[in-house]
Amino acid sequence: MADRFEERSIISGIGQSEVGRRVTKGVLALTLDACLEAIADAGLKPADIDGVVSWPGAVSRAEGLAPPGPGSSGPGPHAVMDALRLQTNWHYAGPETPGMLASVIHGCMAVASGICRHVLVYRALNEATAWRQSTERVATAEAGVTGVMQWILPFGAFSGPNWMGLYARRHMHEYGTTREQIAQISLNARRNAALNPTAVLTKELTMDDYLSSPMISDPLCLYDCDIAIDGATAVVISDAAYASDTPNRPIHFEAVGSALHGRASWDQWEDMTTTAAMSAGEHLWSRTDMKPADVDCAQLYDGFTVLTLYWLEGLQFCGPGESGPFVEGGERISLTGELPLATSGGQLSAGRLHSFGHLYEACLQLRETAGQRQIPDAKVVAVSAGAGPLASCLLLRT
Amino acid sequence: MFPVPQVNDDNRDFWTGGRDGELRIVRCNDCGYYIHPPSPRCPQCLADDVEPHAVSGGGRVYTYTINQRAWSPGLEVPYVIAIVQLDEQSDLRLMTNIVGCAPDEVAIDMPVRVEFREQDEVYVPVFRPL
Repeated sequence: MADRFEERSIISGIGQSEVGRRVTKGVLALTLDACLEAIADAGLKPADIDGVVSWPGAVSRAEGLAPPGPGSSGPGPHAVMDALRLQTNWHYAGPETPGMLASVIHGCMAVASGICRHVLVYRALNEATAWRQSTERVATAEAGVTGVMQWILPFGAFSGPNWMGLYARRHMHEYGTTREQIAQISLNARRNAALNPTAVLTKELTMDDYLSSPMISDPLCLYDCDIAIDGATAVVISDAAYASDTPNRPIHFEAVGSALHGRASWDQWEDMTTTAAMSAGEHLWSRTDMKPADVDCAQLYDGFTVLTLYWLEGLQFCGPGESGPFVEGGERISLTGELPLATSGGQLSAGRLHSFGHLYEACLQLRETAGQRQIPDAKVVAVSAGAGPLASCLLLRT
Repeated sequence: MFPVPQVNDDNRDFWTGGRDGELRIVRCNDCGYYIHPPSPRCPQCLADDVEPHAVSGGGRVYTYTINQRAWSPGLEVPYVIAIVQLDEQSDLRLMTNIVGCAPDEVAIDMPVRVEFREQDEVYVPVFRPL
């Protein structure tokens, strides 16, 4: 395998704030909690941080494919840099990327390029608070919808369940994927959440609960949707040379995937039985000699249950269209199965940290500090983020 | 009701063609490829000689979802959001609504025809089963 930029960096530190639906702290305070925890966990001080990257930054309106909703942006790098008086060589945030983990990949690039040695990467949301205060789910200008959302919002497709409901219906139509199969993603997440002291929803969820829950955007029901929370996660990405000096086990990047081979569009995506997970997954495996069978557990994106199915196929854990049978019955994806998924409870039960909860959990698993839900001897973990035309993924190892 | 698009020089033909009963899609005058959303250059042959043409208005449901959630106060549900593939070209698709039938009567591959929902001087193309 040729030289890869991601080999030149490690995750040296991780941090996570309080996460919940009724959090009293404000989102900047939560962000700083996560950032300071990650910096300390890396054995560093704020003065050591010379780069900051986040997703999507402090955007209240955007014309791209990731329109910010209330509480979905969090503080941008400028706010964090000023709050901690950081002195940086590079900082960046923006929503027009291959999914949210692009911020992590960007951090790796900053380190590999030599412009930074220790990059703080974070994601913060306060959607639980914001949604209690606002009825507007997607920002729309009073003068009319502009940009790519003009092809979506005038048809009442206000929210993610509408957009992914379209994809899910096509997958079910072409491959016979069933609601009972899709439900396993939600049931598995809830089972794992019961072993995670910081999870948001831990009460047992049954197949009957799932099947009888209200439809949001048919075929997606309430339990297909993740949980809005307030919270923040941060990691420090350091030069790999720092690996021998970290106080906690460093985590290495085996490969990253970010390719988008398809139209940069939700509504014009050609084959809705796939998402950008297909090209991002293929990209990832083209950058390593490892194979899907080498993965000990996977923290696949689950903003909606069906997205995990798309990622199972995109990351080639099963063939195209085979994700429904792959998860059927739930055993294979359980903590004792051949490919444990969403070991923290994922976004469906541990809260919508927009893939950074999955990233944090991957690091806990690789450090063997995941408590009761620890996968024995976890050495390789896949993490993914995104839906539709947005996708990025990481293969992390000890 | 649903948000309306802001009409400008780039999208005017699409959003107002319904006033004349026409669904207008930008097409490349060099190679004949239909381009949606509108673009000043053909993505197939890269020619910049493009202009709106009225299409037949016929199509098929590629996929759909039934929205059951009132995302804002007063939003009437359920309604059907669909991707319709127009008859002219296999990759010529629009997000739209299916109207004129019960939501549970909508099916993938169902043939549909365009009509227009007038809203604040904008003519939103929606589709009705044949």
